[in-house]
Amino acid sequence: MSERHVDSAGGRLGMWLFLCTEILLFGGLFLLYAVYRFKHSAEFHQASLELNRFHGTLNTAVLISSSLTVALAIHSLAEGRLRRTSLFLGVTLLGGLAFLVVKGFEWGEKFAHGLYPGSPELLAGPKGEVLYFGLYFMMTGLHALHVLVGLGVLAVVLALLLRGRVSRERPILLENAGLYWHLVDVIWIFLFPLFYLIT
Amino acid sequence: MKAAEKQGGARQATYLWVWGALLALTAVTVAVAGLDLGRVAVAAALAIAAVKSTLVVLYFMHLRWEGRLVIKLLIPITLVTLAIFIGLTYTDVLRR
Repeated sequence: MSERHVDSAGGRLGMWLFLCTEILLFGGLFLLYAVYRFKHSAEFHQASLELNRFHGTLNTAVLISSSLTVALAIHSLAEGRLRRTSLFLGVTLLGGLAFLVVKGFEWGEKFAHGLYPGSPELLAGPKGEVLYFGLYFMMTGLHALHVLVGLGVLAVVLALLLRGRVSRERPILLENAGLYWHLVDVIWIFLFPLFYLIT
Repeated sequence: MKAAEKQGGARQATYLWVWGALLALTAVTVAVAGLDLGRVAVAAALAIAAVKSTLVVLYFMHLRWEGRLVIKLLIPITLVTLAIFIGLTYTDVLRR
């Protein structure tokens, strides 16, 4: 037991409040998406054909699996199995990295085709496609930034775990990092069909 | 059992089942997008995404075992707020 009083319910409440602000942040972007898609549905469909469905599906599976491993890490810590906890955290970090690597290839492909915000090729096309790719880069970019932040947080938690500062008695940092990671997963669960699977 | 579940969330097998369900639903959403469903396609994609995120929030994020009512209510309140934003904006756009 630690000498300091730890208010785990309060810590959880604060994290959930923050996650709700994140939902509203992405919610605003989803609203923009909904309106523009309604106004330019044919062009949105046309533009979405440019996206690589395989990359999108692969990244969905990767992110869902890394959500599983972070849940298993928290589960292992509650059982006091520290080695398993750090192992699952390590696998989660690898999953997040893999997601960013795939995303990097995907964006690289778009850039190679002259598709990036403000590119001459894009601006020469129909307005709906400009809006689609603007939202695509904005939303997947903001999401990738969240993955990056999540990786940083999880890496710090892993370091603290190895130093005994995160333990069975004090799991709150790992639990909150896990909540953040799951939220990033939930946002991707909506981004994936809305950008990659438009019919 | 109940007390142990309260602290650590679900049993390990439950997490694996949820993971399997999430992967299966991902396959379903990709398969459904391959069909020509027209207007129903968006609704189907959103419904599947809603089921997937509910699974993540309830099981992976332990909301199912959350003891504090305040924390339990936060997500519904946020979603209702968002629904009002989206609903009102959409009626405006649709009727213009």
